[in-house]
Amino acid sequence: MAVKKPETDVVIVGLGWVGSIMAAELTEAGLNVVALERGPDQDTPTDANYPKVIDELAYTIRGKLFQDLSKETVTIRHNAAGVALPYRQQGTFLLGNGVGGAGFHWNGLSWRPLASDLKLRSHYTERYGSKFIPEGMTIQDHGVSFEELEPFFTRFEEVAGVSGKAGNIKGRLIEGGNKFEGARSKEYPLPPLKKVYGEQLFDKAARSLGYSTFSIPAGNASAPYTNPYGVRLGPCNFCGFCENYGCYMYSKASPQTTILPVLRQRRNFEMRTLAHVTKVNLDSSGKQATGVTYIDARGNEVEQPARLVILSAFQLHNVRLLLLSKIGKPYDPHTGEGVVGRNYAYQMLGSVTVQLPKGTYLNPFIGTGAGGTAIDNYNGDNFDHSGLGFLGGANIGHHRTGGRPIGQTAVAKGEPNWGKGWKGAVTDNYQRSMNLYTQGSVMSYRDTYLDLDPTYKDAFGQPLLRVTFNWHDNDIRMSQYVTNKAAEIAVAMNPSSYTVNAKKIGTPYDTRFYQSTHTTGGAIMGSDPKTSVVNRYLQCWDVPNVFVIGASAFPQNIGYNPTGLVGALAYWSANAIRERYLKNPGRPLVEV
Amino acid sequence: MKNLTLPLLTALGLAISTAATAATSDEAAVKRGEYLARAGDCMACHTAKGGKPYAGGLGLETPIGAVYATNITPDHAHGIGDYTLEDFDKAVRHGIRKDGSTLYPAMPYPSYAKVTDQDLADLYAYFMNGVQPVAEANRDSDIPWPMSMRWPLAFWRWTFAPEVATDAGSTPDPQLERGRYLVNGLGHCGSCHTPRGIGMQEKSLSDSDGEHFLAGGAPLEGWVAKNLRGDAHDGLGSWSTEELAQFLKTGRTERTAVFGSMTDVIQHSMQHLTDADRLAIASYLKSLPAANPQAATAKATASNTTQQLSNMDVSTPGARTYIDNCMACHRSDGRGYAEVFPALGGNPVLNGKEPASLIHIVLAGGYLPGNQHAPTGYGMPGFAWRLSDQEVAEVVSFIRAGWGNSGAAVSASDVAAQRKALGSH
Repeated sequence: MAVKKPETDVVIVGLGWVGSIMAAELTEAGLNVVALERGPDQDTPTDANYPKVIDELAYTIRGKLFQDLSKETVTIRHNAAGVALPYRQQGTFLLGNGVGGAGFHWNGLSWRPLASDLKLRSHYTERYGSKFIPEGMTIQDHGVSFEELEPFFTRFEEVAGVSGKAGNIKGRLIEGGNKFEGARSKEYPLPPLKKVYGEQLFDKAARSLGYSTFSIPAGNASAPYTNPYGVRLGPCNFCGFCENYGCYMYSKASPQTTILPVLRQRRNFEMRTLAHVTKVNLDSSGKQATGVTYIDARGNEVEQPARLVILSAFQLHNVRLLLLSKIGKPYDPHTGEGVVGRNYAYQMLGSVTVQLPKGTYLNPFIGTGAGGTAIDNYNGDNFDHSGLGFLGGANIGHHRTGGRPIGQTAVAKGEPNWGKGWKGAVTDNYQRSMNLYTQGSVMSYRDTYLDLDPTYKDAFGQPLLRVTFNWHDNDIRMSQYVTNKAAEIAVAMNPSSYTVNAKKIGTPYDTRFYQSTHTTGGAIMGSDPKTSVVNRYLQCWDVPNVFVIGASAFPQNIGYNPTGLVGALAYWSANAIRERYLKNPGRPLVEV
Repeated sequence: MKNLTLPLLTALGLAISTAATAATSDEAAVKRGEYLARAGDCMACHTAKGGKPYAGGLGLETPIGAVYATNITPDHAHGIGDYTLEDFDKAVRHGIRKDGSTLYPAMPYPSYAKVTDQDLADLYAYFMNGVQPVAEANRDSDIPWPMSMRWPLAFWRWTFAPEVATDAGSTPDPQLERGRYLVNGLGHCGSCHTPRGIGMQEKSLSDSDGEHFLAGGAPLEGWVAKNLRGDAHDGLGSWSTEELAQFLKTGRTERTAVFGSMTDVIQHSMQHLTDADRLAIASYLKSLPAANPQAATAKATASNTTQQLSNMDVSTPGARTYIDNCMACHRSDGRGYAEVFPALGGNPVLNGKEPASLIHIVLAGGYLPGNQHAPTGYGMPGFAWRLSDQEVAEVVSFIRAGWGNSGAAVSASDVAAQRKALGSH
């Protein structure tokens, strides 16, 4: 028998970026908010304590901040005919855990999508005709435009203290910024981080080929900065321990460094950690949620009644919770009907490894989470796709996250990987090897989706989420095309040698190697309840007092890191709740 | 056990009498009293960590045994519910408890003697009507007999306690007068910041009473209350009035951050005052002349240390330890980052005669908590687990001599003693 807690106005499931934003906005609106977080509390002084946090073995290799896969994971298979197996070792993506979520250990790349990314199906159809999008590709529009989201991108960037340089302010193009970006209302809150040496070399080479380069928008403060909540960030010191670590400089934007200090002081906010939510409870009609049930640290089942439920867990967990709670019709790949689990997508990464001449000193230990230099000429639909045989694109750039002793001591191809030979190769390679990356979009397809696994269960006896995903030729062709463009820049750097790393057609998805934690979809947003789980305000079509916010709402994936869009969608949704939903609670914000 | 700032540490049993109290409930008086209780920081001692407000129980270490602050809620059985205004006055301003015995001067009644009748009445109104009664029994002190006898305290009181009278200053400036009233009276700043005499009495209770007033205390539980007079090298000579007011409000300024026992003073007391009162306090403190105007002022060698560290020159003892442990945040120029990581160069708190605070922070770390005016909390990790006594001594000496600082060197035995006192290894 579950313990029943007194009802609260809002229950938030998952206290990462989205949960923190929603809690801040809704407590500000005067609501009582209870946030339930599956993992432990964590904060800078306790969990990013210098120099103990500078421990690559503990954090990157053994994944101190990641989800414990022995308790809960996903199963993965390539296609509907296969048998999915549990993802038991950290590899392809690194799921967060605890307060701050993946926002505590991310790198801080804070992109906005392109304006066309948010209306992808209509954009391609308008530009290339109705036959351009191939059969089986289920890409959609987000149902919200870049212009509508602009104030909320700005809000997130101001909260996160993003360092960058605008390329387009109100339609006026600015030298040194990204001229492909949608029109911004104002400059970034902080100037760009300084360019490390490798970036300077990339920058020079790309410019020599006529590209206009720009600084990647970084959620690593380039100077001390006080955000609109009054929370102050420290400056990044280029320590090279950003991804997979908490930031001891208080400079990487995270819920801890930007929102939680004020949230923790609010009396109408309560945080409960080690609270594993098992389902959203519905009333007898199935049309309204009555709260959630969770299992506390002692293993007791607890019911938390609430008038409004916000699902703000990681993308995969949001989808799973909907399926476990029987909210929305599960997607059926055979008929194409149903919505929950539909349009799962991932990201396509390629790279060019560049070995510069001997005597080059890159000093790779000088690194940041998100500082980098990039070009966007081959991202999205910034280039003419006629006759190319694919949709989508990738961002090309150089981004040096550090020169850590275990994972960032690669040797050139063909060099020994142990012993004296290896030592010599590391010494030779360390100072003169750098990567140009291509971070590309992945489209959504009828046969890539999420559902509940029929076999495997988590530590609480609930079915795991099953991922059915494999690479599609479209995205591999895109990656090959753009990575070859990156190789041209590599050549312009006058290297001793370089290697192009792009997937070949037919390469299967390999979950053993880290690629990107940017999984998307499964609870997508849109304008039609037949093809989306949530409406343009991230409100559940079927259960209007449930909002599902995060990358789970992306109808397909973009050629950028997702957090800028996730943050903007959270502020956009919070604004709709504050301005409209609360005047008429329990009612849909979009009627169909 | 909580670090407490009061040198003569003890708590007093405010005894219970059966006399009925005719409490007057005037909402405005209660509100004023609440503010005054903040200004007097009554909570600092009379509330245990995690305990109910003013229910006592905070443990205070003294050389002769631990004592516990009393319950001053209006509970009739355990608190001061039966106190009349006169009883209350006797305790607060005269140091005499209801049964006629003398309070330990941990209760800063020599300072509270300067509180006006009106403010005292308001405080009384607040404690009687604005505080929730809590039925929590007082805890006896751990002081063994015969030191536990209270009658000698009366002699102390007769010798050292001042007349109960508001301390009218020599200046007609109302802001300075307000500052004087808050600093010398309710604020009882001298309890920590004024050196003590042979009888453990504050050597001076007012600016009119000699250059010892607020000239800095002796180390207490590993922290040193700094010189608040106009001395440039270790006092407030280089501080502006506005900087000081901001410090009292937020616990941080462009170049420094609160640490040690003063952290609680900001949290419990100063952040709750009005801007006008904080400015008055700052103005008054800034009016105090240097205790030792002849003392060495900062040498203009700031750039030498910066240059040395930029060149990774580790020939000086402590430089290598600084580079490996401190420089990531406090930087090679020793300036830290404004309102994030405090500066080490040009920060007079590092130049004081007593290095205890600096050793303490290096060993145990520190935490600057966020408050309502500056929500961000910043932590400094402790290095006791990582650095030897010799390394700590070297790095502290390096910092105290770097960037124009003029603090004396520290020895490994100083560090060892403090490490032992902190119980950290």
